[in-house]
Amino acid sequence: MTGTDSDTSASMYTGTGEAHAHAPLSYRFLTAVWVGLMVLTAVTVGVARVDLGYFNVLVALGVASCKALLVIFFFMHLKYENLLIKGMVLTAFVILAIAIGLTFVDIGYRY
Amino acid sequence: MAEHTAMPPGTTGPVHHKDYHAAKMGMWLFLFTEILLFGGLFLLYASYRAKFPMAFHAGGASLDVFLGGLNTVVLITSSLTVALSITALRRGEITRCLWLLAFTVACAGGFMVNKAIEWGAKFHHGLVPGSEHMAGLPQGQSIFYGLYFAMTGLHGVHVVIGASVLLWVMLLIRQGKVTGADYVVLENAGLYWHIVDLVWIYLFPLFYLIS
Repeated sequence: MTGTDSDTSASMYTGTGEAHAHAPLSYRFLTAVWVGLMVLTAVTVGVARVDLGYFNVLVALGVASCKALLVIFFFMHLKYENLLIKGMVLTAFVILAIAIGLTFVDIGYRY
Repeated sequence: MAEHTAMPPGTTGPVHHKDYHAAKMGMWLFLFTEILLFGGLFLLYASYRAKFPMAFHAGGASLDVFLGGLNTVVLITSSLTVALSITALRRGEITRCLWLLAFTVACAGGFMVNKAIEWGAKFHHGLVPGSEHMAGLPQGQSIFYGLYFAMTGLHGVHVVIGASVLLWVMLLIRQGKVTGADYVVLENAGLYWHIVDLVWIYLFPLFYLIS
């Protein structure tokens, strides 16, 4: 069972709750994701010590977003969810991005 | 893994109408409200930071990068152990699953102890939310510390709630109500815990690393 998107209708009501698609992620794989998160944490602390001016914020947010993607896709299993949930998550983050983006259009020309 | 409870044809048997996908979707919908809750606070942070860049710099410099970094490591590691516990449960390794969850809850405790030390140091310097001293600071600084206490405080509340939920799920696993075949409760509790981690992933650089 490796299908991720196509199995929803077939396994909706199995009665046991066992309607998942993907096999459990291996301990080794999850630990590798954790190593990646630790490396990115070290990177973000290290880069903060170098003065890049305005780019410090961009790098910090970029690294944080990479970490967020690792957590969302692998720890939260989003990569293995069906398209509906993927679309919902994308919508939520797009709405947040619009709110933040439009606010900055305003703030950017205010001060 | 896929036992799919093959019931003999003709028998109806007890059917628990549990819908794995709906349960997960419901959890995600709830998490969106959490994302927007913290998103609003991040928006406030970003707006005031644009207005008071120097005060935010000075404020960030006064926070302990070591404690903040340590808490980052603690939370990310606890996220790993929750993810591992789901794999353990699905493989039928109940004892390992419970130990991983116990470790996660211990991490939550460690996180809160660090937080208490950090807040304690701020209180010691007279930075107490709502105090005369904090209100009397220059506007930018009082806003920085106000947001610091509000955002890390709200996040701390989420840590306590998440750890409590995980303790409850541990109990359900011990009672055999959450099993390797029916584990969506653990998965949803895990999703909540990962959101707590996710919020901290942004809080840490924005507050501790901006000096």
